[in-house]
Amino acid sequence: MNFEYVLRLGDNSLVLGQRLAEWLGHAPILEEDIASANISLDLIGQARLWLTHAGKVEGRGRDEDALAYLREDHEYRNCTLVELPNGDFAFTVVRRVLFDAYHRLLLERLARSSDAEIAAIAAKSKKEVDYHRRHSADWVIRLGDGTGESHRRAQAALEGLWKYTHELFVPDAVDPGAADLREPWLADVRSILGEATLQIPADGKFVSQGRQGVHSEHLGYLLAEMQVLHRAHPGARW
Amino acid sequence: MAAVTALSVEAVHAALSEIPDPEIPVISITDLGIVRGVVVDGESVEVTITPTYSGCPAMHAIEEDVNARLRAAGFSEVKIRTVLAPAWTTDWIAPQARERLREYGIVPPHPVRAEDTHRIHLFSRSIACPRCGSENTERLSEFGSTACKALYRCIDCREPFDYFKAL
Repeated sequence: MNFEYVLRLGDNSLVLGQRLAEWLGHAPILEEDIASANISLDLIGQARLWLTHAGKVEGRGRDEDALAYLREDHEYRNCTLVELPNGDFAFTVVRRVLFDAYHRLLLERLARSSDAEIAAIAAKSKKEVDYHRRHSADWVIRLGDGTGESHRRAQAALEGLWKYTHELFVPDAVDPGAADLREPWLADVRSILGEATLQIPADGKFVSQGRQGVHSEHLGYLLAEMQVLHRAHPGARW
Repeated sequence: MAAVTALSVEAVHAALSEIPDPEIPVISITDLGIVRGVVVDGESVEVTITPTYSGCPAMHAIEEDVNARLRAAGFSEVKIRTVLAPAWTTDWIAPQARERLREYGIVPPHPVRAEDTHRIHLFSRSIACPRCGSENTERLSEFGSTACKALYRCIDCREPFDYFKAL
């Protein structure tokens, strides 16, 4: 499968994993601190598998570390949705449910790929993403259908995030079938957001372009923090 | 005599069955179901393992332990191959290991149910306290001290305990 396509899979998991790791020591309660760390670890583990595979597909000798630590922001191929700053806890879990629902459907499809390595990584990851989505959906329902304050914050998060979901379903040369997931994704997200009593915002014309390497300014800061050790000490090992 | 019997597939399995899981030392890596194959060729051995969770930090330690243990058993070359498919499931944990988990204070995983993958609510299964046996328990958190465990509390004896999640 195409190098750029596999990079998108790896970069989505890596960047969201890095964002979730930022909650360590900062989450509202200890249980959610641990949950964020666990989910982050799953995503970073999945990113390692994807990026290792991407390096093999590319065939230029780049391993997972070279791809994670030695690319600039414009070389990253994650969707913009996952790189946005965490915001408050509502923003974090609403972003997650929008992405987790998409991620789960995508992996389910890739698990049936004729490429054995892609299918294996997808099937493995899907088992984890099932409970990621369950966790984020549960929180979004609790916050949306919770107090006036929690509802207000969850709705505000959804207003801010919705436009970044368009990108996931826009076909391009790397991913000509991207639009196919939109309907099943909408059905899943509608059932969760409906139970959460949240209103889905109107679709606009804005389409972010993270998958093509055109990122928000936020990704640069995230990468600076993530990459500093490896760049300051090339080849550093534990 | 040692050379012939020591370097057999059975001897490798026996050696691997003595390697404890780094995070849950009452069960071995063979109990866990992650050893997927052993091929012996003279003094070299290839062990195929599959990871539990994608990001499980114990996998690296397990590979080092396998290497060290098999070299000590007399192999001059130890290769470790990782396979991802079929993906590991807690249904592969050996029956005898489940009792040891319970005695250690970790409730062993229930069988995986396909319908759980679609749920949009966290859920508690009826999980009996490993200390007093009461089924009057509650889930405190879906995520615990390691990726594979959830945290529960017994409402009768008031003790918290771990549940090895079905995956």
